[in-house]
Amino acid sequence: MFKHHPSSTIHYLRYLLIAVVVFWFTIDGHAAKIGEISETTITEQAIRFFSFQDPAVRYALLGSILLGISCGVMGSFIVVRKLALVGDALSHAVLPGVALGFLWNTTKDPVAIFVGATLAGLLGTAIVGAIKHTTKLKEDAALGLVLAAFFSVGICLVTMIQRLPTGNKSGVDKFLFGQAAALGPNDVKLMAIVTVLTLVVVGLFYKQFLVTSFDAGFARVTGIPVQVMHYVLMLMLAFAVVIALQAVGVVLVSAMLITPAAAAYLLTDRLHRMLILAAVFGMVSGAAGAFLSFLGPSLPTGPFMVLGASAVFGAAFLFGPQHGVIMRWWRRRSRSLRIQRENTLKSVYHVLEARDFKPEGVTATELAERRRETMEDILGQLRELKRHDLATLQDDDHTVFLTPEGWQRACAIVRNHRLWELYLTNAAQMSADHVHEDAEKIEHVLGEDVVRQLEKRLNYATHDPHGKLIPGQADIQRGSNPPERTADATGYGKRT
Amino acid sequence: MSEFIPPFDWQQHVIAPWTEGFGANILIALMGFFVATACGLVGNYLMMRRMALVGDAISHSVLPGIAIAFLLSKSRGTLAMFLGALVAGVVTTILIEVIHKKSRVKQDAAIGIAFTSLFAVGVIIISMFASQVDLDQECVLYGEIAFVPFGDPVKLSETFSVPLPVLRMGIVAVITLAFVVLFYKQLLVSSFDAGLATSLGINATFVHYALMCWLSIVVVSAFESVGAVLVVAMLILPGATAFMLSHRLPVIHALTVLVAALSSLLGVHLATWLNCSMAGAMVVMASFLFALAWVFSPLEGLLVRWIRQRRTHLEPPEGIVDGVK
Repeated sequence: MFKHHPSSTIHYLRYLLIAVVVFWFTIDGHAAKIGEISETTITEQAIRFFSFQDPAVRYALLGSILLGISCGVMGSFIVVRKLALVGDALSHAVLPGVALGFLWNTTKDPVAIFVGATLAGLLGTAIVGAIKHTTKLKEDAALGLVLAAFFSVGICLVTMIQRLPTGNKSGVDKFLFGQAAALGPNDVKLMAIVTVLTLVVVGLFYKQFLVTSFDAGFARVTGIPVQVMHYVLMLMLAFAVVIALQAVGVVLVSAMLITPAAAAYLLTDRLHRMLILAAVFGMVSGAAGAFLSFLGPSLPTGPFMVLGASAVFGAAFLFGPQHGVIMRWWRRRSRSLRIQRENTLKSVYHVLEARDFKPEGVTATELAERRRETMEDILGQLRELKRHDLATLQDDDHTVFLTPEGWQRACAIVRNHRLWELYLTNAAQMSADHVHEDAEKIEHVLGEDVVRQLEKRLNYATHDPHGKLIPGQADIQRGSNPPERTADATGYGKRT
Repeated sequence: MSEFIPPFDWQQHVIAPWTEGFGANILIALMGFFVATACGLVGNYLMMRRMALVGDAISHSVLPGIAIAFLLSKSRGTLAMFLGALVAGVVTTILIEVIHKKSRVKQDAAIGIAFTSLFAVGVIIISMFASQVDLDQECVLYGEIAFVPFGDPVKLSETFSVPLPVLRMGIVAVITLAFVVLFYKQLLVSSFDAGLATSLGINATFVHYALMCWLSIVVVSAFESVGAVLVVAMLILPGATAFMLSHRLPVIHALTVLVAALSSLLGVHLATWLNCSMAGAMVVMASFLFALAWVFSPLEGLLVRWIRQRRTHLEPPEGIVDGVK
């Protein structure tokens, strides 16, 4: 499904890299104190946020953008690999690592926490694998098991840390739901390094990741070390989770992995575009979350980021041009309307045919009889034809005359129908009384080139299996009042 | 470090919980046991249906239901809570179905999207209306089982009264057990073979939705004491431990109840020793029991596997060697 465009990927990734590096160098060296947001109104907070004067705001925003990028990129891989819930298990499994990293020197040292959390996350995924291989438990049970076991150990450790004299100010509890305002310059620098590393690795091994994600067997045959790539992916995934922890929180990190990537998945069929889109969506929802949670005192950041991402996903789900629910509904609706118009045209043709194409208007009553529908339905259908310039109406809309275009379409539909019936009886050896149903469906979807091939295969036949004339090119061109019509006059290209 | 992990004292951490403060500890242990039993029994069916992570999803997404029910009814009434959670549970199931069916997003990603969104809504409601909702963010994750003894007491007789949460959870656990016994055949057949179930006149779809609704009820009654994430643990861990030790469903159910009892008792001791979250400690013990079962299970434990593997390496069966010749 995905095609590989190395040049454009590297091209895009280069832009992302430059952006990240620029951000990195604009980071202010001075640390900001957090939690000094006191009694202020929402507007004041909003102005404070958008003036970017406050270093805390800058760090929060930068951090959210960085985590959005790395989570979006790595999330794309787990979404296309159907590993979404591995991300969930991994993100819960890092909690004991965070706590142990904190205990390392009982301060919030970003590097210690990073190392601890990454190790715990990798250990968790390794145990999921081990359980899957050595027991009869299914993957979902193994994931839930590891998630719960690690998380409970983490909860115990966190509650023990909070009991310590220094623990209450530790901010370890902020890792549960995230607090972007708690990000300091060191945190953001670490996030920038890890994001750049992630982008570089993905850029360098893009082809390998692509192939292993979609066709592991093929990847193995072409000599890509699939297992190694899997470990690299898990490592990068753990990195993404860990740097997102402080702002999003352990509980909802998985959403930042899954949701932006799933939204991107709905919008494109190309992996490289999906990576870019997911990174952009991650950035946008991260920044939106940082902003919204900044408006109120002690609002956690994570849930707002997740809601931002869910909103993006909702929009893609509904309005996506290709796979969006509304667009698909619209396409289905316009198709069924077209089919209905074509059926009305066909009935008009049938009525005209029954009276040897005398150039008189067809009345709604005749149509109602033929179609066995009520007058209201028929009148509605006629107005619909008029709206599309396929017919003109007279006698208070009760008599219909086809326009040249309407005539052409009517002829084309009837021709499609009869040609298909003939094809089924001649080529597929079906009996003549069984072919109508099938032709009713296919007449609306046969393309012009298929029709040309059918005509050729059927030797430019003039009569369908029921003995009726198949309208030919000449009839279509002649307009709705063919004066004299004989069998010889019909047919296509060849005979006219 | 000694400050962090207190030295273990037999008298203080094993005997004392039952000699001093017996009333409070037995209530906590009982609550843990009820939660683990009810969750474990429902969880067994979830695992058989490969829906363990749907349990995960529902346990998270009942949160907005509870929070909205609190806001609307201004009380922690049982009925409002159950209703809110039921609605939230059904909404989650439908949301997952809609995302999965109406777009090309796979089911696992659909689960991930649906429950995280709902959970985020719940957390935001709680943090914005914290004073009205009477729940806090931490409680949402790992509950307040230690506060259970202080819940509204319900008088059962003149001398004996039980806190409301314990009574409620006890009733839920007993009803769960009754369901499992009464509808044993229906649940079993529909979990393993929906086609066979239909041919036997069991409505598999109905069983599915009934199970989801009951799951929501169990989750919400357990929620207050163990919180969202640890409910998942209770759904999966006791059952998974039992699955390691037996392949017969009645035995698995019995073992689940046993593991539930053991892990809540041991959890009380662990939490007393380490002075940490009570519910967290119970789940740690449940995980520990699983690890034991994984390693030492006589059926397919790691140890047995390792010994078997060694044997096969050392002395290949005669037949195979002859066959090669």
